[in-house]
Amino acid sequence: MNIHEYQAKALLKSFGAPVAAGVPILKKEDAAAAADQLGGPLWVVKSQIHAGGRGKGKFKELGPEAKGGVRLAFSKDEVLAHVDEMLGNTLVTKQTGEAGKQVNRLYLEDGADIDRELYCSILVNRETGKVSFVASTEGGMDIEAVAEETPDKIHTIDVDIATGVDDATVARLNSAFELDGVAAEDGKTLFPILYKAFIEKDMSLLEINPLIVMKDGHLRVLDAKVSFDGNALFRHPDVMELRDMTEEDEKEIEASKHDLAYVALDGDIGCMVNGAGLAMATMDIIKLYGKEPANFLDVGGGATTEKVTAAFKIITADPNVKAILVNIFGGIMRCDVIAEGVVQAVKDVGLKVPLVVRLEGTKVEDGKAILNSSGLNVIAADDLDDAAQKIVKAVG
Amino acid sequence: MSIIVDKNTKIIVQGLTGKTGTFHTEQALAYHGTQMVAGIHPKKGGTTWTAGEGAGPAAGRDLPIYATVAEAKAATGANASVVYVPPAGAAAAITEAIDADIPFITCITEGIPVNDMVAVKARLERSKSRLLGPNCPGIMTPDECKIGIMPGSIFKKGNVGIVSRSGTLTYEAVFQTTNEGLGQSTAVGIGGDPVKGTEFIDVLEMFLADDETTSIIMIGEIGGSAEEDAAQFLDDEKKKGRWKPTVGFIAGRTAPPGRTMGHAGAVISGGKGGAEDKMEAMEAVGIAVSPSPAQLGKTLVKLLKE
Repeated sequence: MNIHEYQAKALLKSFGAPVAAGVPILKKEDAAAAADQLGGPLWVVKSQIHAGGRGKGKFKELGPEAKGGVRLAFSKDEVLAHVDEMLGNTLVTKQTGEAGKQVNRLYLEDGADIDRELYCSILVNRETGKVSFVASTEGGMDIEAVAEETPDKIHTIDVDIATGVDDATVARLNSAFELDGVAAEDGKTLFPILYKAFIEKDMSLLEINPLIVMKDGHLRVLDAKVSFDGNALFRHPDVMELRDMTEEDEKEIEASKHDLAYVALDGDIGCMVNGAGLAMATMDIIKLYGKEPANFLDVGGGATTEKVTAAFKIITADPNVKAILVNIFGGIMRCDVIAEGVVQAVKDVGLKVPLVVRLEGTKVEDGKAILNSSGLNVIAADDLDDAAQKIVKAVG
Repeated sequence: MSIIVDKNTKIIVQGLTGKTGTFHTEQALAYHGTQMVAGIHPKKGGTTWTAGEGAGPAAGRDLPIYATVAEAKAATGANASVVYVPPAGAAAAITEAIDADIPFITCITEGIPVNDMVAVKARLERSKSRLLGPNCPGIMTPDECKIGIMPGSIFKKGNVGIVSRSGTLTYEAVFQTTNEGLGQSTAVGIGGDPVKGTEFIDVLEMFLADDETTSIIMIGEIGGSAEEDAAQFLDDEKKKGRWKPTVGFIAGRTAPPGRTMGHAGAVISGGKGGAEDKMEAMEAVGIAVSPSPAQLGKTLVKLLKE
């Protein structure tokens, strides 16, 4: 789960991290009061969407000459003009896709005197199984480009979970960031704070790009991106409250309610599969035969008739879907349960497109018998290859 | 021979008394009499669990319940445990098994917070235990031992070693090798989480050392670099004269970057972990990469004829 920059900063501030004073703006009427509250003389108006590249992004409704999704303002009037232009319009960045994202929230912040921009993130290093800092002196730009062009400027520093961020870790971080004097002193308090926030709130990513050294030598968190581990949200009701549903795909929200793993894609073949690997492989084989999947959907190991029905509704609600492929390898999942679910779902939501079903594994004969006697126009497939060929033929 | 588990493996079940633990323990008892020896429940120590109809010939068998893993191990001589405990308590259950020096621990549970697994992994590195999983289907040696949730009916005793990050794709590989008449020595599902116990390399090393395993199918997916590491390992071993014909497959060629595809570990991030790079790494060391998930068995048969 992702949150907005202003929420991430408020969270980090609660742990004691240095952030600029700022005020979120949800309505245009609130802009003047927010500008007065901060007082100037330099303000930054920042679009709050769950996508990166906001500064270089462009608003769809404004011309190509208009400024991007993060703007400086040197007067209150300028703040108001920016808010008026930005709020409610659609920002297109390299991460949003062409459709862009509507900017429903802005964050107004005090400007800062920047000396140096650094890159600092914390994540789980899957190669070592440890929590790691990623540190670079090349902040404020696309870190993936830095990794590509100058990999020696990126330092990965593992943290031993038993000791946490100790003096030795701080020394390595200060060295990686080339910090000295006041900034190195700030590092001693800031790095343990960031690690504590990451662990205590079960984050999966804490990215500060840039972390800045200001002209006075102090460190400040200038931008913050936080993602949380979905598996740990059950123990963080406070984090759950930060969720912004308007940032998520409606079909994906509906799927998550039924505990279905669903990702919307651009193709026209709807897929319902058990198991994440088989679901990906099913998408791959569709592509291999020259077509595109409309979605990734894993019904999981414990699918019930209700779950299968919900999955069907989500797939059929996508207007792009021209045919549906059900691919089940029943291990523990029984094929008869899946077949009953499919029959029930079709009764509930109807079926206007061709349906190819491949069943294999536990109780497969019972499952096939249920489909055969249902009177539904189901195209039965014998194996994965057969299923892929039949679904591709069905969409023509 | 086989790897890790055989007919002598004695297994205790952590989370036996729940619905999932009960179902799969019955299935295991029904599968060639897999030696399930005890269950664990902190508050139900001293009681017994009785296998239902699902256990087939073993229906009606009682298993003792102990309050702790250490007690169960001392009383039964168990050398393995399987964890079906729900996500919130699963890491603690694994840690208890590590503390009791259980040599082989399998965790089936899906959805364990990753930071919990970071702590488990640190503990594991200072122990004598091996962990398989979490979020995995388990391990099976045909006709001898079934730990976890794989369907026994599709297996056939044979010589293909199967290792996979994905549960249902393990079944595909098993099913296809059974249909081709090859059968399996052991099938191992290592699981789809980013932080886990056993990796590809650990299993491949055991398959190379196992006389009964004469060929290998390795199924990876997008995310991380475990497949590249495994390919490098096989290449290093090949230079030492150790090699077995190997078929590979990577799921997720069509997955969009930045999106988690069901498994917490299946995500292309920072331009890393894409399927094409993994397939190239495998092909470069002489692994026959199956173009399609439906051709795992046929690709292996063709490779063995060459």
